[in-house]
Amino acid sequence: MKLRNKEKDVIALLNKAQRENKHNYITEDKLKLTAQEAGLSYSEVYGVATFYSLFSLKPRGEYVIQVCDSGPCHLMGSKSIFKVLEKELKIKVGETTADGRFTLEEVSCLGICNEAPAMMINEKVCGNLTPQKIREILRELRKKK
Amino acid sequence: MNTVNLTINGKLVQAEKGSTIMEVALANGIKIPHLCYEKGLSIAGSCRLCMVKIKGRPGMEAACTTEVVEKMKVITSDEEIDEARKLIVELILSEHKHDCLVCESNGQCELQDLAYELGIEKIRFPVSKSIEPTEDSSQVILKDPNKCILCGRCVRACAEITVQRVLDFAARGSGTFLISGLDQPLVDTDCVSCGACIQTCPTGALTEKLARFQGRSWEFRKVQTICPYCGVGCQIELNIKNDKIVKVYGVEEGPDNKGHLCVKGRFGFDYVHHKDRLTTPLIKHNGKFEEASWDGALNLVATKFKELKDKYGSDALAGLSSAKCTNEENYLFQKFIRICFGTNNVDHCARLCHASTVAGLSRAFGSGAMTNSIWEFEKADVILVTGSNTTETHPVIGNYFKHLAAYNGTKLIVVDPRAIELTEYAEIWLRQKSGTDVAWINGLMNVIINEGLYNKEFVENRTENFDEFRKVVSKYTPGKVEKITGIPEEKLIAAARMYGKADRGSIVFAMGITQHTTGTDNVLSLANLAMLCGNVGREGTGVNPLRGQNNVQGACDLGALPDVYPGYQKVSKAQVRENFETTWGVKLPPKEGLTVVEIIDAASKGEIKGLYIMGENPMLSDPNLNHVREGLENLDFLVVQDIFLTETAELADVVLPGVSFAEKEGTFTNTCRRIQLLHKAIPPIGKSREDWKIIMEISKRMGYPMAYHSPGEIMDEIASLTPIYGGVHFDRLGGQGLQWPCPSREHPGTPYLHKDKFTRGKGLFTPVDYIPPAELPDEEYPFLLSTGRVLYHFHTGSLSRRSKPLDGIAPEGFLEISPQDAKKLRIKNNDWVRVSSRRGKLKVKVKITHHVDKGVVFMTFHFAESAANLLTSDALDPVAKIPEYKVSAVKIERI
Ligand code: SF4
Ligand code: SF4
Ligand code: SF4
Ligand code: FES
Repeated sequence: MKLRNKEKDVIALLNKAQRENKHNYITEDKLKLTAQEAGLSYSEVYGVATFYSLFSLKPRGEYVIQVCDSGPCHLMGSKSIFKVLEKELKIKVGETTADGRFTLEEVSCLGICNEAPAMMINEKVCGNLTPQKIREILRELRKKK
Repeated sequence: MNTVNLTINGKLVQAEKGSTIMEVALANGIKIPHLCYEKGLSIAGSCRLCMVKIKGRPGMEAACTTEVVEKMKVITSDEEIDEARKLIVELILSEHKHDCLVCESNGQCELQDLAYELGIEKIRFPVSKSIEPTEDSSQVILKDPNKCILCGRCVRACAEITVQRVLDFAARGSGTFLISGLDQPLVDTDCVSCGACIQTCPTGALTEKLARFQGRSWEFRKVQTICPYCGVGCQIELNIKNDKIVKVYGVEEGPDNKGHLCVKGRFGFDYVHHKDRLTTPLIKHNGKFEEASWDGALNLVATKFKELKDKYGSDALAGLSSAKCTNEENYLFQKFIRICFGTNNVDHCARLCHASTVAGLSRAFGSGAMTNSIWEFEKADVILVTGSNTTETHPVIGNYFKHLAAYNGTKLIVVDPRAIELTEYAEIWLRQKSGTDVAWINGLMNVIINEGLYNKEFVENRTENFDEFRKVVSKYTPGKVEKITGIPEEKLIAAARMYGKADRGSIVFAMGITQHTTGTDNVLSLANLAMLCGNVGREGTGVNPLRGQNNVQGACDLGALPDVYPGYQKVSKAQVRENFETTWGVKLPPKEGLTVVEIIDAASKGEIKGLYIMGENPMLSDPNLNHVREGLENLDFLVVQDIFLTETAELADVVLPGVSFAEKEGTFTNTCRRIQLLHKAIPPIGKSREDWKIIMEISKRMGYPMAYHSPGEIMDEIASLTPIYGGVHFDRLGGQGLQWPCPSREHPGTPYLHKDKFTRGKGLFTPVDYIPPAELPDEEYPFLLSTGRVLYHFHTGSLSRRSKPLDGIAPEGFLEISPQDAKKLRIKNNDWVRVSSRRGKLKVKVKITHHVDKGVVFMTFHFAESAANLLTSDALDPVAKIPEYKVSAVKIERI
């Protein structure tokens, strides 16, 4: 029925759809399904999905690395964090590695300014970053299958 | 206290509590600049242009979101406010494609006007917008994203008026943009091309695609008139340049449409200028039409009819009037037939749609029309819609229903064999087997009586024959009803409780109820149901047949029927007849005439020799077309008066070119009995003539001169002879029109019928038993065929199929079939199949859909290429003589 306005559910539904996808994005089919489940129209779901930076409608890497570039992190050197990541992964912000494992994105505040600079990998937040620490994290992730 | 006193710019004004500063200002003629606000839509409060100062409050507040309070002092403009507004407009302009030179909205653009009013000579910011391509996938809408100012009005119009929710904003911040669907081209979305978004868009971001470069706002002559398509009777404003209609807007003051239109009303007008328009009379010589002079054609028509009358008698002649023509024309037509032909053999296509309504409701209540008004639906708690695919057939009303269900908490009960759009908005959907309506309605009433939910007081005081009726209803237990109708017991009970408990319940129906051999029984049953629950004679209640054609209500009211004169006055009553004889100055035949299907029958038997058809197309609209052709071909003389050479006109001996709605004056009566004025917008095309003038010419030549100078004069005569139209005169019809009964000049008209007393005195309960349809599927013809319409076409398509956008959107007919049956027959979507019945066969494309149940197929009847009525059965309702279009048996073969 087209009456129920379950807008609250829609974010949870989209999140689930994205998490279940190997490439960390919401497929068109899932958007349509979400619309049906949430009692929203296609345009309404599309509006929500593109409003939050959390969601992507394009395929992304297995690991989405989101580096904070808000004030505190910026001051604490997020620029160099980007540099290290770009060099290590051989991609630019917004891109995905050729093997489909990593995507690098820029976001605003992750809510752990006391541990700036910080980034988030999928849903895990990592703070007090140094180039050394980043390389270690990447090594760990690369080991995982 | 419900009023509030405040001052706006020092002026003392009074306002209703709860209204906003914007509303109060507008009501008092004080202009506050705004872009995102529009009357009739929800409030967004996003553009901030309407900022005003309120004494005692810091800063500025948005007038569109701030409620007025007692003693409020509002300033709507000063240097600081204007400066702030300028800044906003400049920011908008910095992201705008400055294209006014060739913009369709030039001269009626709210952004342009604001820039001018605020005196913005130069923009302080760099104009920095990358140019995006325009989107023109829709047949009717052109979207230019570069002119979108993100006011959101179209988003809200689409969601709140049409309730399609096609449009929204994507992304955020400065990257925000307008999308349709999943950022798809409009044509791939659920857009129904209603154009509400265009009408509300303040800029040139959304415009009429076909009006491009056809004229600018200041060049248009504007004429208000009535939509020529359906019975909703939407008021429209034609925008005309060089006698050509370029654009149409919905009239906001229109009492029933409030500015809203559907795709046909807004975009389907171009048939008026179609190259196929008949521009001169035609006479058939040796099977071929040749152009003729008016005199030649009219003389021939009059001579031939006179000859046939002399030779075979009056009853060998007949006339079919038109629900597309005006009230005045229908009045003249039946007058002409009754006087010059000397017979009551006059009928029109109402026979095919709501004859059973008129018969049923007249019997139960005393008046055969919609009891309540369109605007009253918002007062109902429960609306029971049955046999009406409202969103396609009466779209503006259908959209009200969606709106009420989605935003107003109104509960919809839909009873329909097909899954229609409204079933998605229904609290309860009962899917009955076609043709079992009496059974489920009796079942509902059985539950309502057993559970004591009926209105005893109403039944006692206002109705009669309850006990007889009750006896019959008591047999229809939910269990028994489930067996007949297929509606599960619990669902029937739930629906009965929902309708039974409602304070105001409204019943809405259309062809799904009427087009059965039990059509009159079905209508009587609905009338029983309404009376049982006391749902008659109050606002927001009633039994509401939605009439199909723009003026089918009027054609009935004005006596284009074989048994009644104007105002449903019985031909068979001597006193009534005498009254007409005195006024018209002739003797009138006392015998009731033949109905549409009977006329065709009589023609094929050679009993009817001459037929005059005005604006009807039985060669597509009537059941069992092969039989219709036989009948028409068997005539000695056939005259067809129309604006196109229709399938019927092709069979004529003489064709007379009438005019379209845009070329004439007169009135139409809409489905809720509202008589509205039509204004002549352009001169007749070619040598075509107004239909009322043509009738006068033939009448004169047959020895009965008529001397009306205008339709207004005809209406004065109608008023003198027709009590329900007694107070209707053209000078009273501006704006809101009048709803009949309107017995005298002083009478304000009647929004709802049967208040305190039924037209016939007491409401009459009629015991009705279930009778199965005349023809049911069997081994040879295993499918049940039902017929109906689509949104984009009207009736036999003689108008809508000649509209470029309408035919562009829906160019062909189809057969709906369930996935299960399609699988069994091994057919795929868009495959061609042969469909045949005992009466005829045709080829049509297949559309596989869950909308129809197993064993049932559905076809539209608009398309001559796949004319559904070749198949339909001409079995008639014994009382109303309406054919059973909704049930016939067919077989389907792959080809
Ligand atoms: S035309 Fe009607 S349905 Fe289509 S987008 Fe505009 S408002 Fe929505
Ligand atoms: S298209 Fe028009 S109505 Fe819609 S948001 Fe843009 S400017 Fe406003
Ligand atoms: S077809 Fe009916 S609903 Fe559509 S605009 Fe015309 S009168 Fe209104
Ligand atoms: S009109 Fe009030 S905020 Fe737009």
